[in-house]
Formats: sequence, C-alpha cells, structure tokens
Amino acid sequence: MELFTNQVLAGIATGAIYACMALAVVMIYQAIDHLNFAQGEMAMFSTFISWQMMQWGIPYWGAFVLTLAFSFAGGIVIERLLFKPLAKAPILTNVAGFIALFAIINSVAGLIWDFTIKQYPTPFGSSPFLGSQLISTHQAGMIGVTVLLLILLFFFFQYTRIGLAMRAAASLPESARLVGINTSWMIALGWGMAAAIGSIAGMLIAPVVFLEPNMMGGVLIYGFAAAVLGGLTSPLGAVIGGFLVGIFENLAGTYIPGVGNELKLPIALALIITVLVVKPAGLFGRPIVKRV
Amino acid sequence: MTAMLNVKDLRAYYGQVQALHGLSFALNEGSLTTLLGANGAGKTTTLRAICNMVRSTGAIEFDGAPLAGRSTENVVRLGIAHVPQGRGTFTTMTVEENLQLGAITRKDKAGVVSDIERMYDHFPVLKQRHTQQAGTLSGGEQQMLAVARALMLRPRLMLLDEPSFGLAPLIVRDLFRILGKINREDKVTILVVEQNAQLALELADQAYVIETGRIVMSGNAKDIANNEDVRKSYLGY
Repeated sequence: MELFTNQVLAGIATGAIYACMALAVVMIYQAIDHLNFAQGEMAMFSTFISWQMMQWGIPYWGAFVLTLAFSFAGGIVIERLLFKPLAKAPILTNVAGFIALFAIINSVAGLIWDFTIKQYPTPFGSSPFLGSQLISTHQAGMIGVTVLLLILLFFFFQYTRIGLAMRAAASLPESARLVGINTSWMIALGWGMAAAIGSIAGMLIAPVVFLEPNMMGGVLIYGFAAAVLGGLTSPLGAVIGGFLVGIFENLAGTYIPGVGNELKLPIALALIITVLVVKPAGLFGRPIVKRV
Repeated sequence: MTAMLNVKDLRAYYGQVQALHGLSFALNEGSLTTLLGANGAGKTTTLRAICNMVRSTGAIEFDGAPLAGRSTENVVRLGIAHVPQGRGTFTTMTVEENLQLGAITRKDKAGVVSDIERMYDHFPVLKQRHTQQAGTLSGGEQQMLAVARALMLRPRLMLLDEPSFGLAPLIVRDLFRILGKINREDKVTILVVEQNAQLALELADQAYVIETGRIVMSGNAKDIANNEDVRKSYLGY
C-alpha cells in the first residue's frame, strides 16, 4: 500500500509538468481550433530568454515577469506574421506551418545557446516538501502555480468581457463578427496567452529536465495526452488530465511487468488513442448538444 | 427625407459567379421593409453585402457614410445588427451569454443589464431558460434568442435573414408581431428578407421584390399585396 501511495504522489509531482503544458495546449486549441506542435519549442525558447536574462544579472522574478511579457508579445507576432496569412488555408497547410515553426525555433535556440545541457534555478528550493522524499518544494510550488493559473484562466474566460469575446470568436467566428467582435485580434490574443502560459510551463519544467533545445519534446506529447484525456475544450480537464497521466504513467511503470521507464512514452500515446476512441470529448470536455 | 441606408448599383460575387447584378434600393429611417424573392434570387447575398461578408462593388451608404472597406465587425459597430440565416446562435454558450455577446461592443454596463431584463420581458421563454445551453433551445426559441441578441446591440438598423425559416406558423406570427412592436416602440429600422411573402407583406410597410439579382418591383407593401399580377408572377400565392 505504501508503494502505491508513494507512486501516486510521485505521479502527481510529474503530472504537474504535464498539467502546465496541457493548459497551454488547450489555450491555443480554444483560440485556433488546432493543436500547435511548436508549442513546446516556443516554451523552450522563452525559457532560454529568461535564463539569458538571469545570466545578465536580472533576479529570478524580474526575469520571470519580463519573459512572460516577451512571450506574450512573441506569440502575437508569430500569429500576425505566420498564421494570420494561413487563416483560410486548409488544416494541413497549418500543420506544415507548425512543423516549420518547430524546426526554426529549435535550430535558432541551438544556434544561439548551443545544445549543451544547462542548470536552471527554481524559486521554490528543492528540499523535501513537508518532509516527504517524493515531492520536493519545487514540485509542490509547480502544482501551486498550475492550480493558480487554472483559477485565473477560469475567471478570465467566465467573467470578463474579453474572455467571453474570445470564446465566441473561437466557437463561431462569423457570428462573433456579427456582434462586432474583431475575431482576428482575438486569435492573436489567444496565441499571446498560450505563449505566455507555455513560458511559465517551460520555466517550471526546466529545473526538473534541465535546459536544452530539446527539453520539451517528450513533455509536449504528455501535454497533448493530458489535454486529450481531460478534454481539449476544458482548462480544468487539461490540468486534471495532466495529473492523471502522471499518476497513470507511474503506476503502469511500477505494476505492469516489463513496462519500466522505456515504455512510459508509448503508454502516453496509447492513452491518447484510447481516449479518442472511447470518449472523443475527453473526461471533462463539454459535450455539445445540438437540436435541429 | 434622406434615406438611412442607400444601396446603389450593388453587384456581388462568389468567386467567379456574379450573384447580384446592379441592385439599388433605399430604406427610410423608422421603416419596416421586406425584401422578397424566390430561392437563389440574391436576398441573402444582399444582406451579406451590406455587412461586407461577400465581395461586392457599388455603393452602400449608411447615414450618408460609405460602408465600403469596413470590416464586418466595424459595420456592426455602426449600429447595424444582422440576424443571419441559420440564426448564428452560440450553441455551446448559455442563453444569457448569448445576450451578453450581443452587447459586447457596448461600454454602458448598467444599460446592458437593464436591456437583458427588457429582452426577458419581450421573450419570457428566454428568461426561463437563461442558464441553459442555447443549443438545447427549440428552433423558435433560438430565433427569439437571435432577435434578442441583435437587439442587445441597440441597433439603428436590423437585418433579418428569413426569420420564419423552419418555424411553425403560430410561432412565425408571434415573432412577426414582436418585430412590428420593436419597429414601432424602439424605433429600429428593419429590413427583413423573406420567402413567406404573404406574412412579410402584412408586417412591412415597404417592399422590394428581387429576381436573379435585380430589383423587379418596389413599392408600398399593401399595394404589392393587393396586386394580383405581381403576386402570381413573383410571389407565388
């Protein structure tokens, strides 16, 4: 039993990483109705920016806030330059755009900061959390930040005018224009917010996986798995999905013979497929009721 | 009296296909006008051209200012509400959120709150269902919601695209009665596109008949309704 609780706790700790990334995935999905394959690379690049600022002597929280602002603006710029012209293009063209963006950001980061692994600091320390060997204060801090982010997003979308406008623009662009919403800017805003959330995820993940241009590869797949499991339309679902994937992965590694560390990633992928087959809207995705 | 909306020589295109061939008409402030015609005559295209949702040439003036070059959302912001075909309901959102979206460009919070109450007075069924997902409403209720959403803009001009489509005759009567009331009491100028010519002519004071992208008849709604030749050749009843 103790083994079980320990594995669940450890799963929650890694799950926080996935939850954070899944939140960024859901955010962009809400705005543009596609999954952004370059999301992880954008987050990685933002994390490098914050690292560079710290190298220049800016304190952690200063670099954190500046990076948020940089990422927000960067997301908007990427949308205006690259994806606004593709807005009416077929989905495959957009996918090609995402992959191009992925490759470009990855190479540019490698060019500027090279591919060696770098230490990345944590503001929460890395001592055991409440005396537990399984969760460090950093991981606890990460869970806290993810939950806080979730609550902020909930209030933003549910109770602000601009949040409502963003939801409208995402669900029915033509109707949104007919009530006077500038849908094009709502999409740009969605990119900005997704990039900013992604940068938070990157800065929280970097102390765990270390900073390097390929740090987000695996994480993004888990983030997708979490988002699909929880429901691509639900930020809450994404976060819960993140924790579930973390727990599931740990338990499978412990209890299913032969799984071990090597087969953890295929498990995430198998999870995506299973959920898509059994419950396409995800655990918490809003089933859309339509009466004709 | 100068017209509130003045459309001159409007031509519209879907790709290579020309849908409107030099349409001209005018709406007076406070009027309730209907645009009649068969399927494919260009009624919907006319409304879409006013809101710049389809490529068009010619001149459209609202209060003397040209609408050309304005994006759809900027046309709407001038006070032109458009209830599109198929109603454009935000089906995944609640009834109340749909109403709030109608007023999303307005800055007067208190006015929006009191207008939502006013809509619930106009359409009591919406009040009963205000927390319900709009997609679960019946067709008639969704049409009421679409009209209410458009009114939340406090429009000066309201464009309605076949509001009677798919609704039971009793519900259509009720809806048209409310439209007449909105026109008289709230002084909203209305242009309604209809296939149901008989009902539309009862409601409207002005009427235009279009056929294959051209105006073929215009005048007082009662005169057109009483003219048997016109009824037989263009309106089919």
